Amino acid sequence: MAQAAAVAKPPAPPRRRRASATPRRLPYLLIAPAALLMLGFIAYPVISVFYYSLQNYNPTKPWRNGYAGFDNFVHAFTDDPLFWDTLVFSAKWVFVEVGLQLLFGLALALIVNQTFVGRGLGRAMVFSPWAVSGVLTSAIWVLLYNSQTGMTRYLADMGIGSYGTSWLSDTSTVFPAAIVADLWRGVPFFAILILADLQSVSKDLYEAAEVDGASRIKQFWHITLPHLKDAIILSTLLRAVWEFNNVDLLYTLTGGGPAGETTTLPLYIANTSVDAHNFGYASALTTVAFVILLFCSMVYLRLSKFGGESK
Amino acid sequence: MSIKEATPVVPAARRTPPPSHPSGRHRAWDEVPRWQIYLPLGIYLLFTLIPFYWILLFALRPSGSTSLVPWPMTFDHFDKVWNERSFGTYFQNSVLVGVATLLMTTLVALAGGYALARFDFKIKRAFMLALLCSQFVPGALLLVPLFEIFAELQMINSLGSVILAETVFQLPLSMILLSNFIKNVPYSLEEAAWVDGCNRFTGFRIVVLPLLRPGLIAVGSFAFVHSWNHFLFALMFLNNQDKQTIPVGLNTLMSADSVDLGALAAGGIIAAVPVVIVFAFIQKWLITGFSAGAVKG
Repeated sequence: MAQAAAVAKPPAPPRRRRASATPRRLPYLLIAPAALLMLGFIAYPVISVFYYSLQNYNPTKPWRNGYAGFDNFVHAFTDDPLFWDTLVFSAKWVFVEVGLQLLFGLALALIVNQTFVGRGLGRAMVFSPWAVSGVLTSAIWVLLYNSQTGMTRYLADMGIGSYGTSWLSDTSTVFPAAIVADLWRGVPFFAILILADLQSVSKDLYEAAEVDGASRIKQFWHITLPHLKDAIILSTLLRAVWEFNNVDLLYTLTGGGPAGETTTLPLYIANTSVDAHNFGYASALTTVAFVILLFCSMVYLRLSKFGGESK
Repeated sequence: MSIKEATPVVPAARRTPPPSHPSGRHRAWDEVPRWQIYLPLGIYLLFTLIPFYWILLFALRPSGSTSLVPWPMTFDHFDKVWNERSFGTYFQNSVLVGVATLLMTTLVALAGGYALARFDFKIKRAFMLALLCSQFVPGALLLVPLFEIFAELQMINSLGSVILAETVFQLPLSMILLSNFIKNVPYSLEEAAWVDGCNRFTGFRIVVLPLLRPGLIAVGSFAFVHSWNHFLFALMFLNNQDKQTIPVGLNTLMSADSVDLGALAAGGIIAAVPVVIVFAFIQKWLITGFSAGAVKG
């Protein structure tokens, strides 16, 4: 019986392993370098930030170091008006900056998506500030805003603004001045991403809309915008996090001044740790920033449905 | 398992040509009045290009000149910044950091991206989630613990610390991007290569790698441009003047008590040249790179 059954079986198993050359360990070996690097230089630092946030830790004042409980947090929320100021400014900065970048980036992408003479060159020039660093952007706008020799002097000649003070050292002009400088570099990011997504809108839809007599504005609202929705949500959120975190530009352009007027929370953290060496307090502030960002990540994850089988 | 099973492949980059519209048949989407394109574009270009012109002007005209054209032209500022202000050294360091970051990021992300695209394994979902969450961990906020780690590893003041840190923060996005590109290459192609006697590695190298060109260009140039531009890690981890990078040098020029505007402008041009060249080279790949790999489904 047993023999007969064995004979009845097909001679060779028909299912060869698809990738017979693949040991089961291969995927783990492949992700190992990335995983180790991220464990060592992202995960471990994050955990140590949580640890330091409960410590008094200042290398220049070692006699005060030690366990502090929640003192750092209590201090931040009850006793540090600067902390609240930086929170408010961070929100204002991110909201205005991302909103304007999206608006101009969308408009720009729609324009350079048309067919016209000189399109390639136009695109290259419009996108070029994207490649420029925050520090270089600062350098450029420091030259433009210089009160003696800058562009603003010529604007003052035309009656816009005044001679004497740089836009960057006047509390009433520093915010728009910094916003414009960062827009200069930030708009191309959105323009590039949106233009990339525009490549996949089906031309048929527009033709059908034409046949139905829909105006260009209607086509934009009912075809283009719905198609771009996902890309816009994703890039806006990524950008908001990036604008919140990035300190290069403000650090070098205004240094957070004048009078702390342009200090975001991360910039405040950088100043607290780099200049004041108050690592414990900086870590507590970092933890607060993490919580804020975690909230953003959750919104982001929900919206993008990431992690499941893509497609 | 035969070669016949390999489905014909359409290279990812190939596109069907847009259907031609017999002109005049209907007012199509792409027939916008010309002024509605050139006017806003022109205004925006002024905003984009005047700052570039301004820095070029300051870099090329003599100190004290208020002329609006860079004439008489002088290269004194470049000479000064390159030799007296050590931008020659900074430039070397920046190139070293940029190229090393590019190579490390691309290699590590390629391996990881391949695993994510081709295998199902136990911790895949958790790993993807970690990749995504790391997007929200700002390098700037980890300066202190990173400094302590590098101090422990005796790597403060060595370019290796900056290269490692830049690579780590480039990895997550690069890996996601490359895995999407690899997914677009049909698996059957690789299988056909194995049947022909390739092992997994040579199969990948011969069949898949050439098709990943736009993805590799996008990821590599991102890594280079980011590490070339990034400032805080170098500021924090490199204290010796002869180890610093260009953005730190620019910051030093800017934070001097009386800023030498000509030197600052010349330094800025030196900082811009490599990224502008990279950008001019990758510009057309960028759009296809993004639309094929980035924000998909």
